[in-house]
Amino acid sequence: MLPEALFFSAVLFVIGVFGVLIRRNAIIVFMCVELMLNAVNLTFIAFAQVYGVAGQVFVFFVMTVAAAEAAVGLAIIIALFRHRQTVNLQNINLLKG
Amino acid sequence: MQTLGMPHGTLSLFYIFHFYLFGLIGVISALLFVTRKSPVAAALWLVSTMFCLAAMYILLDAQFIGAVQVLVYAGAIMVVFLFVIMLLNLGQGEGIDVRGVGWKIVAGAIGLGILAQVFALTRAKTPVNLTLPQGYAAEQVAQHGAVAPIAAPLFNEYLLAFEVTSILLLAAIVGAVLLGKQKEARDVA
Repeated sequence: MLPEALFFSAVLFVIGVFGVLIRRNAIIVFMCVELMLNAVNLTFIAFAQVYGVAGQVFVFFVMTVAAAEAAVGLAIIIALFRHRQTVNLQNINLLKG
Repeated sequence: MQTLGMPHGTLSLFYIFHFYLFGLIGVISALLFVTRKSPVAAALWLVSTMFCLAAMYILLDAQFIGAVQVLVYAGAIMVVFLFVIMLLNLGQGEGIDVRGVGWKIVAGAIGLGILAQVFALTRAKTPVNLTLPQGYAAEQVAQHGAVAPIAAPLFNEYLLAFEVTSILLLAAIVGAVLLGKQKEARDVA
């Protein structure tokens, strides 16, 4: 099932890229990044079936990093919202506070 | 698994049907997720995509990772997202948040470019001496259970990475608490 899994993974990844580029809501952009991570995980799992279990171990690490990233990223979004009262990326365009 | 030892061309119809079914549901959910205006609806469609991915992991002989996918992604991470949406009261979606036609064209072009690259990669020939025999992963799961084949390399070859991950999680917790604190409280501290 390797080609099929790679196909679905590529489509999901591109949907994630598309979402990051066309949405302005910071939370939805962030969820699109999660979707891209998930698409890569599917590739790892598909290759793990053919090349050995190391791919599954990598997915385990990717999930841990994704959890850490979600915690920190959402804290940043909350801090931004406190500052500007919006999560629309169009209104968040200054690097200084 | 009933496909044990079978050559690739003779996977059971049941298996192939469900793989495509979950793949299609996942892709459709992902498309709905990207196009929803309300962040809550988007988050719930993303949960649907993650459940479909968990099903695909299980079909690809990664039962443990499938369970972890449901627990960590669909369970924990998406609940945190929904919690933040609720906390910031963003459920209705604020104004127009989709970018203009120019951005959509650029996004479509970049998407097609990446898709073409990935499809070119899938046509690459895989070295035969690296590949495992057909059905090896399923055999491992049948003999040692779903967890042991992952636990063994995790606690031997990848032990250092595993320990570093724990430090990463600790740093993430401290960072999240620090960022989430009220600004006045941080100035006092």
